[in-house]
Amino acid sequence: MSREKLVLIGNGMAGMRTLEELLKLDEADKYEISVFGAEPHPNYNRILLSPVLAGEKTVDEIILNSREWYQENGITLYTGDKVVEIDRVRRQIKTQSGMAVDYDRLLIATGSDPFIIPVPGSELQGVIGFRDIADVKAMLQASQSYHKAVVIGGGLLGLEAANGLKKQGMDVTVVHLMDRLMERQLDHPAAAMLKRSLEADGLEFLMEAQTAGILGQERVTGVKFADGSQIETDLVVMAVGIRPNMALAQQAGLYCERGIVVNDTMQTYDPRIYAVGECVQHRGTCYGLVAPLFEQAKVCANHLAQLGYGRYEGSVTSTKLKVTGIDLFSAGNFEGGDGTEDIVFQDPAGGVYKKIVLRDNKVEGAVLYGDTMDGAWYFQLMRNGNDVSDIREHLIFGESHLGDSGHGGQNKAASMSDEAQVCDCNGVCKGDIVKAITSKGLFTVDDVKLHTKAAASCGSCTGLVEQILASTLGGDYSAPEHKPLCRCTDHTHDEVRAAIREQRLTSMQAVREALDWRSQDGCHVCRPALNYYLISTWPLEARDDPQSRFINERVHGNIQKDGTYSVIPRIFGGTTTPDHLRAIADATEKFNVGEVRITGGERINMLGVKKEDLPAIWEFLTTRGFVSGHAYGKALRTAKSCVGSTWCRFGTQDSTQMAIDLEKMTWGSWMPHKFKMAASGCPRNCAEATIKDFGVVGIDSGWEIHIGGNGGVKVRATDLLCRVETREEVLDYCAAFIQLYREEAHYLERTAPWVERVGLSYVKARILEDTENRQALIERFKISQQAAQVDPWAQRAKGEQAHEFKPLKIIA
Amino acid sequence: MTENWIEVGGLEDIPQLGSRIVQTSQGDIAIFRNSADEVFALRNRCPHKGGPLSEGIVSGRRVTCPLHNWVMEMESGSAVAPDVGCTPVYPVKVEGDSLFLSLQPSNDC
Ligand code: SRM
Ligand SMILES: Cc1cc2nc3c(=O)[nH]c(=O)nc-3n(C[C@H](O)[C@H](O)[C@H](O)COP(=O)(O)OP(=O)(O)OC[C@H]3O[C@@H](n4cnc5c(N)ncnc54)[C@H](O)[C@@H]3O)c2cc1C
Ligand code: SF4
Ligand code: FES
Repeated sequence: MSREKLVLIGNGMAGMRTLEELLKLDEADKYEISVFGAEPHPNYNRILLSPVLAGEKTVDEIILNSREWYQENGITLYTGDKVVEIDRVRRQIKTQSGMAVDYDRLLIATGSDPFIIPVPGSELQGVIGFRDIADVKAMLQASQSYHKAVVIGGGLLGLEAANGLKKQGMDVTVVHLMDRLMERQLDHPAAAMLKRSLEADGLEFLMEAQTAGILGQERVTGVKFADGSQIETDLVVMAVGIRPNMALAQQAGLYCERGIVVNDTMQTYDPRIYAVGECVQHRGTCYGLVAPLFEQAKVCANHLAQLGYGRYEGSVTSTKLKVTGIDLFSAGNFEGGDGTEDIVFQDPAGGVYKKIVLRDNKVEGAVLYGDTMDGAWYFQLMRNGNDVSDIREHLIFGESHLGDSGHGGQNKAASMSDEAQVCDCNGVCKGDIVKAITSKGLFTVDDVKLHTKAAASCGSCTGLVEQILASTLGGDYSAPEHKPLCRCTDHTHDEVRAAIREQRLTSMQAVREALDWRSQDGCHVCRPALNYYLISTWPLEARDDPQSRFINERVHGNIQKDGTYSVIPRIFGGTTTPDHLRAIADATEKFNVGEVRITGGERINMLGVKKEDLPAIWEFLTTRGFVSGHAYGKALRTAKSCVGSTWCRFGTQDSTQMAIDLEKMTWGSWMPHKFKMAASGCPRNCAEATIKDFGVVGIDSGWEIHIGGNGGVKVRATDLLCRVETREEVLDYCAAFIQLYREEAHYLERTAPWVERVGLSYVKARILEDTENRQALIERFKISQQAAQVDPWAQRAKGEQAHEFKPLKIIA
Repeated sequence: MTENWIEVGGLEDIPQLGSRIVQTSQGDIAIFRNSADEVFALRNRCPHKGGPLSEGIVSGRRVTCPLHNWVMEMESGSAVAPDVGCTPVYPVKVEGDSLFLSLQPSNDC
């Protein structure tokens, strides 16, 4: 079959990202691909032109796809040859050098042109824009032979140009029409602070100055302003805005307004012609930052691959300024206005200013100056539309003030030295990550994980890695708005769960078909998640799929580094008997257990058991009255307790019995992540109930119920849910809370991050205030427990899944 | 190259998307069966830190090591980029209902 011809006009960031996405989908071989670029270079990272100008990077360092890359991927690249005509009738493009190339599908990604103010003299030598490598080279050259530079435009681009020229040793004056810098991103106080620190670095400013003409004969010698004043200069950089580059599209008769108009599938009015990037106008908006363009690229690739389900629905953007030493972040509506409230933090001496704009308790915008550590977090809250009333008081102090005393506190990514270790699991330093990001052109946390292994294990450094990405890439980086469940799909966890529920999908195959999974079997990330979603949504209908479970859950033990297993029987509420202790002692001797340990969860661990011996040790233990402790599972783990009122002189309640009752009710339940409980007999809280997923503390009048705590990687103290009087109420709230978590959290999301994501008020509304819903949740939990409370060990001791435990054959 | 085929069992002894091991004097060999009933045999040691690949999750022609999630191509025995490493691959075939294995690795790893 002859392949269709795909032609890309514009070898820039958006167009090439589309091709990369197409390659990722493994669908690029549908097409014979040719790429035309007006510039003489392979695709490079335009964003990093600023650091190149400032002398912090070289041109070679910012190349994204080398010529070899195009070759390896079978893409024909023509550089330095501009496309001058699109003939839609013949389906052909023509280039400056006279080439004519046919297309079946065409992708226009011509970016934009810097706007040159049409004043007399603007065509003189030494008057340039700031857009491409040629401009940067011209500026670098000018800095060798001349001294004075004027940058017209005090926006993002202008300031980066001014900073670069200053670093190259020129005397730079920034001319700005408005009374404050970066007026589209900053409010007055932030803009004033920015101006002050740039002035301290030696830049000069002419504010509220309207350019009237450029002076000079052949080369520029000065700039004249509307008020008649003049200033001498050898170089003028115009950075007053960009114009979508749509001449080609207009000439071809494609409908254009401010940009080439496209629909949600990135098609122009001619369905064979797609367009992405700064040249397009989507739902009335033209974008000038890469994050939205990358989202467009992804959707466009999806349609070029003929998968046909991606939709681009517009983006919310945030900005950072890439001037070394200046931390600045801005997003959304930062000015506020009618119906909004501002939370402001101002420390002029410390050089810090933060403003968060709220509307109806949701973040609508933010400006940060001097301390932008939490920019990504505010941005996330803003895009998710989270209700922040629960955390309002702490909001301005940032994410690390939400009760975290663990790793999350170590934060200032930008100020960390290159040798500082970021990922403590895999020993990855900041320098390694920065190098991988710049040399391999990485844009996402997932890419960084793959290439460096940072954040690939316990994940506690993910936030830090995200910050390093942000500070390395500048405004280019933004966490994806919709995180797909895994690489096999574009659907999010929530979308998948909703489809399973609403379309009554009861098998993995059905889910993958209904939601157009890209791979037939799924992968090690989505399979366990889907399996959980199915069995938790349809406990009586869906069948558990052992092949989709992580090995620990498949064989009901924890795999150890040497391939042996550990066995932890359940010891309800941490309370045991001589008989049970004797049984464990006998088992350790009989099965040559390598080591016996008291665990951190009030139970006993037998380590170093060979896989073949598992069914026999379980048979031994189950006949002596034990059930599995699920110490290996995303499941109900332990219910720790203290001695309580039975013995303790301070005890107000029988916490031991409470823990036993809680564990008896809940054991066997599969969860999105592990789930731990504890019951303490008095507020001295010896069972550490306030760092558990569900904890109860005995008080004189009854019990306090706590939820959403976490020890481990990132410590989080619980939130108080309510106080109750009776044991039955505790059990009810426990069942309702667990079921809400089981039904709504994402797979591998523990209760602590889940409660933070949805908000305590939400959880309260669902299980405290809404009695009917609470009852319904309890009911559903009980139904699900009917299927779950069968001891997996007893079943396997009886021979179930026997193939797991025996070698197929032994060859001497 | 002539292989010395040894019968090791039947296809049905291995669950789809699962694996069983054959113990040999050269160490364990994991035999995998995927959803298309293709079979693959790899030395049961992950090139990373020796994890038992037989315990991993199988999808398509790949298996994910249970210890630290390296993904291995079962056909070539190579780790999926950006991880680098390989593990010996053994010839294995299905004839009728029976599975035959050769102990002579087919890649140099
Ligand atoms: C055995 C035990 C250590 C011990 O010798 O005491 C243990 C062992 C492991 N823990 Fe743990 N944890 C044990 C109590 C804890 C505790 C203390 C507790 O439960 O009171 C914590 C902190 C409390 C908490 O979870 O909030 C704890 C926090 C973790 C974490 C971090 C969880 C988090 O949300 O931050 C992990 C990693 C994970 O789950 O991804 C982890 C993971 C592990 C794994 C499963 C690592 C792995 O994937 O192989 C270890 C398995 C060893 C094995 O094969 O048995 N273990 N682990 C403890 C078993 C308790 C039990 O009886 O079931
Ligand atoms: C100095 C600078 C700093 C920036 N910093 C940031 C930042 O920090 N964060 C951020 O998000 N964004 C930043 N941007 C913006 C970002 O670079 C652009 O949004 C992005 O590059 C646009 O991608 P694009 O593919 O639409 O256009 P481009 O990357 O400009 O690619 C278009 C390409 O098409 C070529 N072309 C045009 N017409 C034709 C034709 N007829 N035939 C053949 N080829 C043609 C052009 O030569 C160009 O190479 C910055 C931009 C600049 C200039
Ligand atoms: S038992 Fe827990 S703390 Fe100890 S090494 Fe394993 S995961 Fe780390
Ligand atoms: S041992 Fe296989 S991934 Fe580490």
